[in-house]
Amino acid sequence: MRLKHVWPFLMASLLVALAAQAKESTPLPVVASFSILGDLVQQVGGERISLQVLAGPGSDAHAVQPTPAMARTVAGAAVLFSNGLGYEGWMDRLLRSAGFRGRHVQVSDGLPSPMAAAQGHAHGHRHDHDIDPHAWQDVANARHYVARIASGLCAADATHCAGYRQRAADADARLQSLDREIRAAWAAVPPPQRRVVVSHDAFGYYAAAYGVQFLAPQGISTEAQASARAVASLVRTVRTGQLRALFVESLGDPRLIQQIGREAGVPVSGTLYADALSLAGGSAPTYEALMRHNTTQMVRAVSTP
Amino acid sequence: MAMLSALWLPFAEFAFMQNALLACLALSLSAPPVGVFLMLRRMSLTGDAMAHAILPGAALGYLVSGLSLGAMTVGGLLAGLAVVAASGLVARSTVLREDTSLAAFYLLSLALGVVIISSQGSSIDLLHVLFGSVLALDTAAVLFLAAVAVVTLLSLALLYRPLVLECLDPAFLRQVSRWSPVAHYGFLALLVINLVAGFQALGTLLAVGMMILPAAAARFWVRELKQMLAVAMGLSALGSVAGLWLSYHFESPTGPSIVLTLGAVYLGSVLAGPLGAVRTQRVPARHLRA
Repeated sequence: MRLKHVWPFLMASLLVALAAQAKESTPLPVVASFSILGDLVQQVGGERISLQVLAGPGSDAHAVQPTPAMARTVAGAAVLFSNGLGYEGWMDRLLRSAGFRGRHVQVSDGLPSPMAAAQGHAHGHRHDHDIDPHAWQDVANARHYVARIASGLCAADATHCAGYRQRAADADARLQSLDREIRAAWAAVPPPQRRVVVSHDAFGYYAAAYGVQFLAPQGISTEAQASARAVASLVRTVRTGQLRALFVESLGDPRLIQQIGREAGVPVSGTLYADALSLAGGSAPTYEALMRHNTTQMVRAVSTP
Repeated sequence: MAMLSALWLPFAEFAFMQNALLACLALSLSAPPVGVFLMLRRMSLTGDAMAHAILPGAALGYLVSGLSLGAMTVGGLLAGLAVVAASGLVARSTVLREDTSLAAFYLLSLALGVVIISSQGSSIDLLHVLFGSVLALDTAAVLFLAAVAVVTLLSLALLYRPLVLECLDPAFLRQVSRWSPVAHYGFLALLVINLVAGFQALGTLLAVGMMILPAAAARFWVRELKQMLAVAMGLSALGSVAGLWLSYHFESPTGPSIVLTLGAVYLGSVLAGPLGAVRTQRVPARHLRA
């Protein structure tokens, strides 16, 4: 008689235990908008999350064509991380059409100083977004991203918050030393020599943080078009020998930079990664590798006499 | 003298400006005549449609061998010619008219192109890469444009009479001569070649702009076809070089500046040309003669 009452109770507690265990082993579904952010999210989430990235390595997040598969991915996500600052222009529409009910975290929210789009050299046209979204090019901002990611994951999955916080602290320590490393690399170069030509202006934050001047024939987005005057003045600057570091970008059209190099008699120094990681075998498969690669390449190019 | 040197200076100092100038001149020889025949055949919007039709071929060329002028050109040509052949076949053997069948096939082609581009995991902005900038032309690209100009002019000379008949009375030409399909497909092939060359070098807007705007402007100045061809070439050369120069002096993006200048030439012709909006009342209407 007593046993009869105990059985359902036992069964129920067994079910609860099983469910808890299932919950323990099911990672949190998380989506990141582009590859660089994806890398940071993965570092903080570790094995507790299953991450999907919308614009993967080598893809231009400026030019994403949302697909139904993306909408499905987004709809199933508990947390979605995006950069914000107008970087993912397609995001709002995608979220609406996917019926996204999860938690949307813009990692750039609360950044102390979102930067106005680059001025100071000849562009000749205004661009449609005036805030430069490429904030991750300053490692200090990436540390802010990591903190935002940790609190975003904690809010969605409080059980494992301690783990997220721990991994975020580890990542933060690594980023701090990366930041020191970059500063040390540039310290050897006298400031007037720190000038680099790139194809589009995605390095405003890098410029401000590490004291490097970037010149670009095109505007801040990969969409903008160059004017003959801007190209001519760049050619003149390179010709006078004031700078010899010309870089193409992994996602950009290299032809204009190659033309400037030909015209001024200077070879192109290499490839920089601005908006996306490289594929796994490339030279910038993680955020840290990307920042290191860019820095080494640029320092070498401006130091070569 | 100072004025002259200010005009010439950017071209003297920079090889990329010389290349851009030569490209504008070469394209001014080949694209406007094609535009004139498009206009006379009431196919002016075909240029835009064909621009999209070329996409899948150029995309495939890019995927196979990267940013190579050769592969993308061959791919673009093949795709463009396939659309021309397929739509021509349907138009000439069924009840569908030319415009509808072309619309159908270019849409197919465009959609295919977008699928090809998106299917590749690492999709950089291919549309952006496919279409070049007039400022980034190297010697090979300029030579290619010059070759296209030569081929275009020779072919137009060869196809001149049947083409004129196609414009005036295609049914008549089809009855009296076997040249009708030759003229038709040959002309569309020229259109494709010019568009492909223009895209690689200059970008979509500029390639179609240099074809249509000078032709439309020339229509307001002369009646006779040969004169119209010459005027179109002249207006195109004038407008594109002026646009290039303005882009240098006013720091505006080069491709759109050239198209805007050509557009100004067109609007000016509407107003000032003897057959334009203002003076047209006083001139008795006559038929176009070859």
